[in-house]
Amino acid sequence: MSALRAEETEGTDGLEDLESFRERARAFIRTNLRQVTPEELRWSYARGDDELELAVIKRDREIQRMLFDAGLAGICFPREYGGQGLTPEHQKIMNEELVGYEYPTRLQVPNFSPCAAIILEFGTHEQKLRHLPPILKGEQLWMQFLSEPSGGSDVAGALTTAIRDGDQWVLNGSKVWTTGAWWSDWGLCLARTNWDVPKHRGLTVFMLPIHQPNIEVHRIEMLNGSREFCQEFMTDVIVPDSDRIGEIDDGWTVGTRWMFHERMLYTSPYVTHAEGLTHTSSDAAAVYTLASERGRLDDASVRDLIGEARMLELTSLELSKHVSDHIRTGALSDQAAAIVRLFKATAVARIVTLGLEVAGESATAWTEDGLASSAALMYLMRQGGTIGGGTTEMARNVVAERVLNMPRERSLDKDVPFRDVPRSRPSGS
Amino acid sequence: MLATSTDDQEFFRQTTDRFLTEHVPRFVVRGLRDDPAGFERTYWRRGAELGWTSLLVDEEHGGGTISGSGLVDLSLVAYEFGHHAAPGPLLGTNVVAWALGEHGPGSGNQAEVLSGLLSGDAVAAWCAPLVRPEGWQATVDADRDGDEVVVRGEARFVESAGQADQFLVTCRDGEGPGTTQVLLPAETTGVSVVPMRSVDLSRRFGVVTFDDVRVGPEAVVGAVEEAAADVDRQLQILLVMLNAESVGAMQSGFDMTVEWSFDRYTFGRPLASYQALKHRFADMLSWLEASHAASATSCHAAQERHASADERLSAAKAFIGQYGAELLQDCVQIHGGIGVTFEHDLHLFLRRVLVNRSFAGSPADHRQRIATLWHGEVAVEEDEEGEAA
Repeated sequence: MSALRAEETEGTDGLEDLESFRERARAFIRTNLRQVTPEELRWSYARGDDELELAVIKRDREIQRMLFDAGLAGICFPREYGGQGLTPEHQKIMNEELVGYEYPTRLQVPNFSPCAAIILEFGTHEQKLRHLPPILKGEQLWMQFLSEPSGGSDVAGALTTAIRDGDQWVLNGSKVWTTGAWWSDWGLCLARTNWDVPKHRGLTVFMLPIHQPNIEVHRIEMLNGSREFCQEFMTDVIVPDSDRIGEIDDGWTVGTRWMFHERMLYTSPYVTHAEGLTHTSSDAAAVYTLASERGRLDDASVRDLIGEARMLELTSLELSKHVSDHIRTGALSDQAAAIVRLFKATAVARIVTLGLEVAGESATAWTEDGLASSAALMYLMRQGGTIGGGTTEMARNVVAERVLNMPRERSLDKDVPFRDVPRSRPSGS
Repeated sequence: MLATSTDDQEFFRQTTDRFLTEHVPRFVVRGLRDDPAGFERTYWRRGAELGWTSLLVDEEHGGGTISGSGLVDLSLVAYEFGHHAAPGPLLGTNVVAWALGEHGPGSGNQAEVLSGLLSGDAVAAWCAPLVRPEGWQATVDADRDGDEVVVRGEARFVESAGQADQFLVTCRDGEGPGTTQVLLPAETTGVSVVPMRSVDLSRRFGVVTFDDVRVGPEAVVGAVEEAAADVDRQLQILLVMLNAESVGAMQSGFDMTVEWSFDRYTFGRPLASYQALKHRFADMLSWLEASHAASATSCHAAQERHASADERLSAAKAFIGQYGAELLQDCVQIHGGIGVTFEHDLHLFLRRVLVNRSFAGSPADHRQRIATLWHGEVAVEEDEEGEAA
């Protein structure tokens, strides 16, 4: 029915016009979705309670299916793969209308972007038909098998090896920092298929189901108690060649776009999110509320800290929009996304510090969990944001070398076969 | 990277850029250090012909915009002023032109004054209130005496005070909470100006003193005691210009320093090849682009009279004030010794950013103002909830 309705309101360019799309999205959201506060949405990122976590994911999948049935899933994905074939402007309207309502927070990053975005960009017609509709229905949840314990930010230095065996590949190695691999379905995996060529020329990308006997998923405990990140150990994992994405040994062409989609985060047209929500509890509102709870709002020095938090939060959002607008028009290169990555991470780290400052002595010890304990735990994990997804030092290199065209750092892994590149000593030896 | 603008706006910006390149190249700006006025009237008249003073005034009063969004258009001029560290009474003249246009122009000779400002024949200054975290505070009093208003007090940090032909004076009411604005010719008896010194080479400030200046009702701009909303708007206009100017100056300082880093060799390598410096350039670029974004977004919010405009403008003023000045200081640092000499041009931009950082509220003032605005909003919401309950 929704498809029919969309056709009835086509504009002159054959696309549903923005205003009728808005009305359609609004009607669906208000009728079918629950109202939530930003705090409740953030709580859906709560950590430490597996049952709650699984319930949230179940609900996310349900909502995704409802969106699919209503013709509101995959707004910028083509129709032939289950999407709506609409524009980033339509997605933006969806995001605006979602403010104050629940939506599938855990199905966005990395599921829709970078994973689904990469399948769309590099997959064959058959691969797209096989995976994109189930992703848009909430039936397939994807994660990135990208970082490795040996590599850190140097993702192209992957050691996970895929060896061809007739029509299939045999994968061995380990991937790490996979968000929620224990509740996800599929992984997009970067592996080395050729050790006799330089680093970037011997990589290939594969798709594989996560839950299979030859993959062991280990959950990692973080400093704040979160066990959302995982490490996977792959032993003789068989992947049919039909599940390869892109050309053999040309995985870095895919990888470059993968990095781009990853850096776009919530500004990606493939990602649905309530406009303006920052997806972390390290925002200025928490700093304000903490000051209010402590009765310190009348203190000028505390107001200065609150103002700084809000200043950084607003500026960060504005920068993100500014850069993605300019990337879209071609005024800035894709690499400029690293500017946003750098700025956001350092801004959030500062906001976390401001929260701790406003918490004062209440972050020393507590009897009840609340904003003060959260300020202490967030400070404990503060550097997570400037490390995860590529360190800010890497982002600084990208900005200097790719945006400002400054000379590249000297590297020892360029024109030599990857097997001859010096590597870290294996841990434990 | 400037905010996306229309072709007309881009043409307009480039016209101002070319004009400033031709008429106030850096050696001319440096030479203005000892010029009491800081600019030449013929230069200002020609700038006015380009539209520098008309953008906030309706066509029916002789003004006109480029894009229909006059404040955004004006921000492009201000950006170029910062980009060239250009001289001229841009700030006060535009604020006063807006106020006169907004009210008609009303009584007395206000139409004539406005027409002078639009043609560039006359220059105006705004005797503005001080910006404080809890709100602005006028420092001049206006007492009513029958139909007449008696103006008394002192306004400091008045941009182009010594060059202005007219003053728009923001006064607090002698008794009540009201705000009144009056337009006074500079030669009015009882009005005197003492020049102030500042680090900017061409922007002049002064102290304007009003010694029981008695004026008739025709001098009032808008309505007696009801000018508070006008002052709110004038402050928004001022902040838009200051933010855009500082971003222009940041861009110039940054571009000069990037160029320097490629040209300057040490230990056989260009500065641009050192990772320690590359990382600082990356940080600086992130501050610069964030400043572009903050300036443009807050300007659009003010243009649309959006409810978030004050908060966004204060966030931009605080951010650009803090990070803009740090960016310029980093540029100085990377230049080394030459960066702290008068001989180099880099300081032209440091000076403009530094003055704009301090003028109309420091970063700390604006950070606290953000918290005050937020607190007010929460208090209002709570009141409304209370009433509803």
